[in-house]
Formats: sequence, C-alpha cells, structure tokens
Amino acid sequence: MKIICNGEELEVASGATPAELIAVLGLKAANVVAEHNGRIIKPEEYENCRLEEGAVLELIRFVGGG
Amino acid sequence: MLTIADRTFTSRLFGGTGKFASAQVMKDALEASGSEMVTVALRRVDLQNPEDDIMSMLNREKYLFLPNTSGARDADEAVRLARLARASGGGNWLKLEVTPDPRTLLPDPVETLQAAERLVKEDFIVLPYINADPILALRLQDVGVAAVMPLGSPIGTNQGILTLAQVEIIIEQARVPVVVDAGLGAPSHAAQAMELGADAVLVNTAIAVAADPVAMARAFALGVEAGRMAYKAGLGRRLSRAEPSSPEIGLEFLHS
Repeated sequence: MKIICNGEELEVASGATPAELIAVLGLKAANVVAEHNGRIIKPEEYENCRLEEGAVLELIRFVGGG
Repeated sequence: MLTIADRTFTSRLFGGTGKFASAQVMKDALEASGSEMVTVALRRVDLQNPEDDIMSMLNREKYLFLPNTSGARDADEAVRLARLARASGGGNWLKLEVTPDPRTLLPDPVETLQAAERLVKEDFIVLPYINADPILALRLQDVGVAAVMPLGSPIGTNQGILTLAQVEIIIEQARVPVVVDAGLGAPSHAAQAMELGADAVLVNTAIAVAADPVAMARAFALGVEAGRMAYKAGLGRRLSRAEPSSPEIGLEFLHS
C-alpha cells in the first residue's frame, strides 16, 4: 500500500507500523516523534499504530538550531 | 545563580546548536561555553539522509534542552511544534518564536502573545523570543511566561544590541528574567547586555560560524562573566561633560 511519509509517497507493507518504518530508516524510535494524520503519536505507541492506505505520516526529530 | 522557573543556572550564557560545521565542534564549543541550557529545533527526518542525529551527541544530564518553535509563522504552528517537542521527550521548556517574515525573521508580537497564553495553560515553561518591546514584555509576563528574550538585532546578523534603550526599559520593568537573544556578534555585545543588567544571553551564530568556535565560546563566556561582574560592581554614571580624574588643585606652578 502507499502512504505519504514526510511529503513523499512510500510503498510499505499492508498494516505497517511507524516502528517498522523508523527501523528501516536506521533511526532510534526514542529520537523520533511522529504525527499520524495530524495526530501526535509517541514512541511508545509506534508498534501498535497500524498505518492505512493513504495515511499521512510525519517523522520529526531534533536538529541543531538557535 | 540565575533561576528561571524551577531551574537554577550557574552560567548566564545559553547556547544554540545550529550552524556548526560538525557535531563534534558543536559539542566541544558548548563544553567551552559552560552553557547549561541549549536550544534545539524540530524538523522533518530527511528520508534520504536519516542518520544525522544531534541527540546522541549531547548529554541530556548536562544540558537542559530548550526546543524552539523556529519556522512557525503563526500561533497555531508554534503550538503544534511545541506539542511535538514535548512528545519527543524534549521536556516542557520552550523557546517560543513566531517569525512570519523569512527576510527579517522578526517576531510577530500578536501571534507570540496568543501562543504564549495557550502554551502556559498547557504547562509549558515558555521563554518567548520578542522584539525589544517593553509593553509586550509586560503583557507576556502577565500571561505567565518564565522569562522574556528580547532581541539585540535580527537573528544571525551579528550586529549587536541595536535595541539598547528598549532593552534597558525591559530590564528595569521585568519581574521575570531577561535573556538577550539574537544578534550578539561579539563577546563585547554579550558583556554590554550583562552590564545593562540582563540576566543572561543566548548566543548561537557568532560562536558557530567563528573560525575557531571553541575559542569563541570561551571568549563569550568571559564576556558574560565580565559584564555580570561589572553590573554587580555598579557602573559609574554617564556624564555629558568631562570631569577630570586628576586633581584640579596644585597646578598653580604651571599657570602662574
């Protein structure tokens, strides 16, 4: 199925979770915060959040800034 | 010792984590600065280059994270970023900045005040970045912000404190700590802010872009310390006319 992750169309397995996606990207779940269809989901929820066809996912994290 | 909300700080220099050439230089410079609180920003993970991660470089025991809302153009966007920062384990401290105009990056006072009010109600410890407007500083104080952060000059310009007279009024009136933020380009600018009675300064660009950021961080730390010491020692009054520092009597032999 297709989802929109950080503005890009991504092909992921049906029922994929943010946890799986974050692992594929080589990131630590604790360092990433996500928004699923505009709703904030915390790292502890990543494994139980099933993404649906067309889901809009934002993966956000801290970067250097002033 | 400086107290903001429930935290005390030995160092009155707060650091930024942007624009450094490498994570290692940033870490070393922050170490040299003696800062105990550092700003961080929130951005999308770059899916093509996801490994860049400053969280792992900084010891969270040593530095209190002050997530900023940079990039927010109105109150709604700032609130969204604030909630994301807290959800990502950034704590509840927040540098609130709302800058609708990318050319000047000057803060929007109306949206900043609205966002501050909402975020204080959501139990954030809000440190708003503002133009050096004494009335706005009082209004923000009234809605419960933990400190105010007036700008010296626009972000990243290294122009120093162009807002001197206004910053002086803010310091005189404020009941919350005043942190001069933005535009401080040299240790002398930081010293000047501290001499005026500012409680702290926040410096990012001037340290990060120096040829030697570690040495510059140390120079800023010394500037802040000197300025604070001078403020406490009590500066002499400013006069419009000269007043001799050598005795005026005992010169008769010259002028006879």
